[in-house]
Amino acid sequence: MQATAESVPAPERDAINGPYWDALAAGCLSFQRCDCCAKAWLPARSECPHCLQDRWHWEKAEGGARLVSWVVYHIAYHPAFANRLPYNVAVVELDQGPRMISNVVQIDDPERLVIDQRLRLVFEDEGGTAVARFAPA
Amino acid sequence: MSTANKLSGKAVIAGIGHTAFGKHPGRGTVSLNVEAIRKALADAGVEKSQVDGLLVKAPTSKFEMMYAQKLAEALGMVPRIGGVYDHGGASNISMISYATMAIEAGQCDIAIVALADNPATGTRQAYEKSYGDDGSGLYGWFGTPAGYAMIARRHMGEFGTTSDQLGAIAVACRKHGAANPHAQLRKPLTLQQYRESRLIAAPLRRDDCCLVSDGAAAVVIMSAQRAKELGVAKPIPILGFGQGQTSWDVALRADLTSTAAGVSAQTAFAMAGLTPADIDVAQIYDCFTIAALMTLEAYGFCAKGQGGHFVADGRIEIGGALPVNTAGGLLSETGMPGLQLVIEGVRQMRGDAVSQVRGAAKCAISNQGGIMHTHSTLILGN
Repeated sequence: MQATAESVPAPERDAINGPYWDALAAGCLSFQRCDCCAKAWLPARSECPHCLQDRWHWEKAEGGARLVSWVVYHIAYHPAFANRLPYNVAVVELDQGPRMISNVVQIDDPERLVIDQRLRLVFEDEGGTAVARFAPA
Repeated sequence: MSTANKLSGKAVIAGIGHTAFGKHPGRGTVSLNVEAIRKALADAGVEKSQVDGLLVKAPTSKFEMMYAQKLAEALGMVPRIGGVYDHGGASNISMISYATMAIEAGQCDIAIVALADNPATGTRQAYEKSYGDDGSGLYGWFGTPAGYAMIARRHMGEFGTTSDQLGAIAVACRKHGAANPHAQLRKPLTLQQYRESRLIAAPLRRDDCCLVSDGAAAVVIMSAQRAKELGVAKPIPILGFGQGQTSWDVALRADLTSTAAGVSAQTAFAMAGLTPADIDVAQIYDCFTIAALMTLEAYGFCAKGQGGHFVADGRIEIGGALPVNTAGGLLSETGMPGLQLVIEGVRQMRGDAVSQVRGAAKCAISNQGGIMHTHSTLILGN
């Protein structure tokens, strides 16, 4: 699809993060785990940010998470989001450890969320790309 | 000061200069830098031919290769040491510390540290970046204010910090800015006006966010001995400096309410042989109110989580226990990233600030960059 000023920015795919997006499209949120030190992380990298080794594998996230923090946008920094105001963006921590940027869905008022509340994974489509969002557990 | 580092007090800020703050349509950053440096040299009583160090912060608004050499050419200078340093808004104090160490090591004699920016009327290239190439744009994650808002929300959740407490920082800075004839924004702010100001990225409002400004600033650094030999009128000793790097992006940072501002301050206080209780006035980087609040905590002016209580009730206003950002800071004097805070620190130590804290003898100054990624601390004093 030709990108326009109004389209949601698509991720830049490469050899390292390609499997992440492929798995997401197939209904699986995944993260990397180091074969050497067993630490887990997102986003995709070529080396473990803990022990610096380059041997790792993909694992499936089970879907449980907690809300670390969130913001509610009242102005749009990208034209694609102008008609969604106000909308929330959250930092969530998967039960397996990695953190990621996401949105909290299936809520009435984002100002009533609380830090550390339990969340569960839901898959949605965003302009043709599968995304991992979270709803209150 | 038996615990002080041997470098403490060895170097001084000998001269300060800055352009008008606000808008400079049609002027590039080289022109703005030249004006600020011309004024700083005049203030120090130094000829440009005596300067052999030129350390420049990369203009935030636009990155250019070999920028310091381009500036040196415009200045007609051939420094021994010269270049651009970048770790965001912490760069200025870091460059002052590198200049101090270079002078002590005999690598240069007199150094200029300078910065210019023109995001208000020139390019905003660097301000318009989005976060991450990792697909976070799919979720609508854009803009610097949201990064600070994410931290502020967590601070509120963990410690009960309130929007009104963040507002107290904006009110104090705007009050001090209103009294400063050089300030870009001279309109004072009431807490009620703060409450009514537009939400940008909740919980942050417009008045939690710094100004966007054109302008330049420069300082002249030399050894205390050299300043004496040259008869510099008002040299202000550099007592301590330190740095710290939080590094991790907001989305990945394990503890959103802790930053490396603490280790930066500890390094600076140890070098100076001082504690927070010795500080009479502070210039605290206030790109967003939450940054100033967390820096006050990290520096040890209050306990972690108590920043909200500390800044309330006028405690950080002139006449309060610890006057902060006495020229208005980034929220009111100019949004330029950091050197204006150093310049106000020098004025306070010279005793000729517009809103002078009577008898102030020690000043702590913070600079920070990114979304609290980098931090640098400077302690000045007589």
